[in-house]
Amino acid sequence: MSRKRAPVVVGWFTEESADGDREGGFRLLGTRCSACASVFFPREDVFCRNPGCPGRELTEVPLSPRGRIWSYTDSRYRPPAPYVSDPELEWQPRTLIAVELEAERMVVLGQGAPGVSLADLAIGMEVEAVPGVLNEDADTTWTTWHWRPTGTRGPAEETADATGATGVKA
Amino acid sequence: MTADVAVLGAGMHPWGKWGRSFVEYGTAAARAALADAGVEWRDIGSIVGADTVRGGYPGYVAGATFAKALGWQGARVASVYAACASGAQAIATARAQILSGLADVVLVVGADAAPKGFFRPAGGDRPDDPDWLRFRLLGATNPAYFGLYARRRMAVHGDTLEDFAQVKVKNAAAGALNPLARYRKRVSAEEVAASAVVADPLRLLDICATSDGGAALVLSSMEFARRHGAPDPVRIRAVSTVTPRFPNTVLDLPDIATDSAAAVAPPAEPFRPSIARAAYEEAGTGPEDLSLAEVYDLSTALELQWYEDLGLCEEGEAAKLLREGATAPGGRIPVNPSGGLASFGEAVPAQAIAQVCELTWQLRGTAGERQVAEARVGITANQGLFGHGSSVIAVR
Ligand SMILES: [Zn+2]
Repeated sequence: MSRKRAPVVVGWFTEESADGDREGGFRLLGTRCSACASVFFPREDVFCRNPGCPGRELTEVPLSPRGRIWSYTDSRYRPPAPYVSDPELEWQPRTLIAVELEAERMVVLGQGAPGVSLADLAIGMEVEAVPGVLNEDADTTWTTWHWRPTGTRGPAEETADATGATGVKA
Repeated sequence: MTADVAVLGAGMHPWGKWGRSFVEYGTAAARAALADAGVEWRDIGSIVGADTVRGGYPGYVAGATFAKALGWQGARVASVYAACASGAQAIATARAQILSGLADVVLVVGADAAPKGFFRPAGGDRPDDPDWLRFRLLGATNPAYFGLYARRRMAVHGDTLEDFAQVKVKNAAAGALNPLARYRKRVSAEEVAASAVVADPLRLLDICATSDGGAALVLSSMEFARRHGAPDPVRIRAVSTVTPRFPNTVLDLPDIATDSAAAVAPPAEPFRPSIARAAYEEAGTGPEDLSLAEVYDLSTALELQWYEDLGLCEEGEAAKLLREGATAPGGRIPVNPSGGLASFGEAVPAQAIAQVCELTWQLRGTAGERQVAEARVGITANQGLFGHGSSVIAVR
C-alpha cells in the first residue's frame, strides 16, 4: 500500500507538480494585501492586519525562495506532541532555522533539512526553502518545508528521516 | 501619571514540585497576603484570579475558584489570562477597579501546578492555533525560541556562553538566600557549562524550570490604606499591559514568522522596550531612578536582553553591565534579587504577581539577607506569549 502525500498545513507552500517534481520551484506561500502591499505568512485571507489599512482583498503570493539565517538552534530533547516522532527510536537532534527574507522583510522559522547540523550553519548564511517530509503515518506522508544552506545539496527527501517518521510501515 | 494604589499585603506559597492542586497553592498565598495586610477576607470587595490552562475548568475561572476555596463571601470576581503576563493583567484589573472607585480593597491571586517536562499545547488537532502549529510543524518548544534569541545575541552583540552562565551564577546566589525559592543552592559557571545542552547554545542551567507555586497581593486605595493604619505603604505607580505595534519584527512565541515590514516601516521602538517605556511614562520615572528590577529570566540570555529593553544600558551593552557587577547585589541596579526564574522556575500565572511580592518586601526593607539597600523604586518586566506586555513600577 502506498501512502498519499499531503501537506501538513494546506496552502502554506507549493505542492508537487504532476510529474512528481518536488524540487523545482518550491515556494512558501503567503498572501499580499492589494490595498497596502503588506505580506502575510502564515497567510491572512480575510482581513489585512495592517492597522492603518481597510484592505479586504488578499491574494496568494509566493515568498522569496532564499533568505539569510537570522538565527538557529536545535532540539536536543524530543519535543512533545503534537510533534510526531517514533518513541521507539532514539531522538536525533533537529536544527531549527529562522530565516530573514529580504524582499518581504520578515523572518520565517523552519526545520533544517535532514542532515543539516549546527556545524553547517552560521548567522547571515544563505538558505533556500526546500520540500520536506515531516512524518508518515499509515496512509499519509505529511509534507512540509525545510531550510537548507544553498551551498549544500542534501540527500533526496523521498521518505521521512528517522527523527520525523512515526515508524508505522504500510 | 495616574494615582497610586497601595500594596497592603503580599504572600506566596513556596515554589517547588509539590504535586498538589493549584487551588491549594493559591489559597495558601491568598491567606498569607491577607494576614500580611491585616485584612479579613470578608472585607475584600473584589477578587481577581490569574488563570492557569493546566488545571481544567477551575483554572479558567481562577478568581471564582479561589473565592470558593476561601469561602464565598459575595465579592466581585474577575479571572484573566495572558500567559506569562496573566499576573500583571490581574494586578491591572484590580488597580482599575480601585482607581475607578468600584472597589476599595482587592485580592489578586495566581497559582499553577506545572507539568513535567516541556510546556505543551492543549490536546486535539487545531491547525488554526499558532501554539499547536509550532509544535506540530516544527517541534519548536519554548527553549528552542530561547536558543534562537541567545544565538542571535552572541552573533550581534558578542555575548558569550560565559556571560550567560554568570547570569545563572548571580541568580542562584540570590535564590540561595530566598526561603520561597525552589532552588536554594549556589551554582558555579563550571556547573552551568557541564549541564546538558537543551537548545543550542543554551544548557539546562541556562533555562528556567517549570514549577508549582502561588502568589497573592492585597491592593487598596490610598484612602483605604490610611484608614487601615498604613499611611506609608508600598505603592503601585504604573502597570504596563501594552501590545506590540504592527509590524512586529521580533520573532515572538509562539509565532512561526514575524510580521512583514515590506509595506509599513517597523516602529522605531520594538515591543519589549515599549513595555518598559509605557511603565516609565505612567510612573513619571525612568531607568535612572530604579533601585532594583525583577525581570523574566526564562533563560540567562533573556535576562541580558531585559537590561537593554528596560534601558539599564544601551543596546548591546548588557553583558558589560553584568560583567561590571552592576546588576549583582550591591551593584548600581540589582536585577532579580529574589533569585529570579533561575531559582524559582516558572509558575506561569503566579510569576508576575511574585515579582511584585518581591518588590514589596524590598521596598519595605524586609527582604532579609537579600535586601537591596535603600530601595525606593522597583520595576518588574515580563512578556506573555501572543503579544502581552507586562511591567509594574512600585515605589515607597
Ligand atoms: Zn493592507
